[in-house]
Amino acid sequence: MTELPILLGLALSHKVMFGTALLGSMAGIVGSFAVLRGRSLVGDMLAHSALPGIGLAFLILGSRSMLGLSVGALASGLLAIGAVTVIARWTRTKEDAAIGIVLSTFFGAGVVLLSIVQKPGIAGNKAGLDSYLFGEPGNMLTGDLVILSGVGAAVLLVVALLFKEFKLVCFDIDFAQSQGWPTLMLDLLMMASLAVVTIVGLPIVGVILMAAMIILPAATARFWTNRLHLMLLLAAGFGLAAGPLGTYFGKGLPAGASIVLAGASFFVISVLLAPQRGVLAQVLAEYQLRKRMTREHLLRSLYELSESNLPELTKLSLKSVRDYRHWVSLEKLLEQEVEKGTILRDAEHVQLTPLGLRRASELTKAHRLWEMYLVQFANIAPDHVDRDADAIEHLLPEALLLELEQKLADEGRLPYLVAEVPLSPHDLGSGTQDSQR
Amino acid sequence: MSANTSTTAFEIHDMTVAYHRRPVLWDIDFTIPEGKLVGIVGPNGAGKTTLIKATLGLVPLASGKVEIYGKSYHEQRHLVGYVPQRESVDWDFPVTVRDVVLMGTYGRLGWFRRPGRAERKIADRCLEQVEMTALANRQIRQLSGGQQQRVFLARALAQDAQVYFLDEPFSGVDAATEAAIVKLLQTLRASGKTVLIVHHDIQTVRDYFDYVVLLNMRLIACGPVDTTFTNENLQKTYGGRLTILDEAAEAMRQREPNR
Repeated sequence: MTELPILLGLALSHKVMFGTALLGSMAGIVGSFAVLRGRSLVGDMLAHSALPGIGLAFLILGSRSMLGLSVGALASGLLAIGAVTVIARWTRTKEDAAIGIVLSTFFGAGVVLLSIVQKPGIAGNKAGLDSYLFGEPGNMLTGDLVILSGVGAAVLLVVALLFKEFKLVCFDIDFAQSQGWPTLMLDLLMMASLAVVTIVGLPIVGVILMAAMIILPAATARFWTNRLHLMLLLAAGFGLAAGPLGTYFGKGLPAGASIVLAGASFFVISVLLAPQRGVLAQVLAEYQLRKRMTREHLLRSLYELSESNLPELTKLSLKSVRDYRHWVSLEKLLEQEVEKGTILRDAEHVQLTPLGLRRASELTKAHRLWEMYLVQFANIAPDHVDRDADAIEHLLPEALLLELEQKLADEGRLPYLVAEVPLSPHDLGSGTQDSQR
Repeated sequence: MSANTSTTAFEIHDMTVAYHRRPVLWDIDFTIPEGKLVGIVGPNGAGKTTLIKATLGLVPLASGKVEIYGKSYHEQRHLVGYVPQRESVDWDFPVTVRDVVLMGTYGRLGWFRRPGRAERKIADRCLEQVEMTALANRQIRQLSGGQQQRVFLARALAQDAQVYFLDEPFSGVDAATEAAIVKLLQTLRASGKTVLIVHHDIQTVRDYFDYVVLLNMRLIACGPVDTTFTNENLQKTYGGRLTILDEAAEAMRQREPNR
């Protein structure tokens, strides 16, 4: 209405934007290492089990200072991790069950403690204590922002200095150990940065949703790149965007939840649209591969049917083609090939064109070379070869095909006839004579 | 390089290793001279991998010690190269082939320093040795089993070690890779390196190795293949598990004149 509240609101929303963006990018970076190290749940564990520590710290301190509560949170989080380790090692409980037990016990204790703290008999300014449950970025104080920035700078420094070491430990800890790296220390350092980021994020996103902030940006980034440093940058970027975006679109809604939902929407979009790893890209690639395979099957079949009369191009009856192997939609396939100029057809007959013959013989040659390779080198029974060849030949790079040919030729196993189009090493079943081997 | 007065490259003294207080290796004691290709052979669960891991300090020793060129492993770590089992890592990890090979140089680089041009050159040379140059920029997920094994070998080569430990490098690889690995091993031997290899296939021991360590929780025998890889020692190693067929094959092999 007047200008004052609007200005105040702006200032606050800037603070919130900055804070959530900072938290998101830090969570993305430490989360990437956690996800790659197979420790995604450590963040979840820490966050949930931090709650009783927060309640206790408040009871002792009587105030809501971020630093004090964070120390309490960290202490009870670490205690919980210790409890999981002990339970998993010394009882017959498996680790995942131990995590479930400890996490919910601590969380339950935390909820009880918080409700005791909220009772009127207990002294102290309790405003904002609730925000630890579901998160409330609006409660952020300028001092909190300073702490956040400090943690952010420290995390960046550690990761920048130890990028190589962290990468090695995440990929192959045994190898790292054999080279003499203090792997336990490095591992702990990675976990410690995860823990610190998780704890400072608690009042912003809340103990329940903090794990999502750790895992989502990292898992999202993995869809877009195959390089670790790019993954870290992208994860930081996704985290950074999720914070402000969530608070902006989530006005009037629980902020922590809308931030997580913003992060989740990045993830869903990536699952669907990412190149190579995305669902869409994979479906498309699969479709194209299938299309190519059926086309190659057609040309090869036509070649095999015309083989005995070569170099004369035989006019084949449509029925003989139809009976030659199982077709899904032969009519459509033939139509496409006519358009490509590889076959000629009328109502009853079909025939390879010279262009089609060339394509078909190349395909057949590649196919048979592979079959021969399997027969010669891999001791696969000849009658099992055909099926394997069909599946794999389409994936073979040309260089390997050439190598195969050379290899066979070197050993004198590439028969004279085979130099052009090798005879099939197994009986085609349609009465053509066997190759002599 | 290796005259008859050969130096000792690798030595284990009274090594005992226990998991959860249950011993897996008992009083292992042997010496390996420099410049040998050594097969570590024994049935499943014989402790072959544990032997390597304990040597490299990945598994604590209950007792005993390990020496590389006369000094403790701790002091000589820079002389050691390691090829773990292929399945021990996540091959979907976001790194390229060259990245993995570069990891071999990390030990020499030390804290904080990043691999630079010199290290990349080393990595490329090692990739060339395993015929993987063309795939240097591939993500490791796109590799076949044999190619993965070659990458691991190249990483060990980048360590530029004197003594190498290879854990089942031949398992699950294609024939071409197996041949390439054997060739590489021979090159290493020719330049005076010592290579210890956990090996599963008894049939190829004679073809690949000079020396053999026969293991079944304790040391059955250790020595040159000709004198140590005998049917009697194999019987002791595999006990009842060595089938009649294996025995027959082995007998045939021994009757064959020098192959």
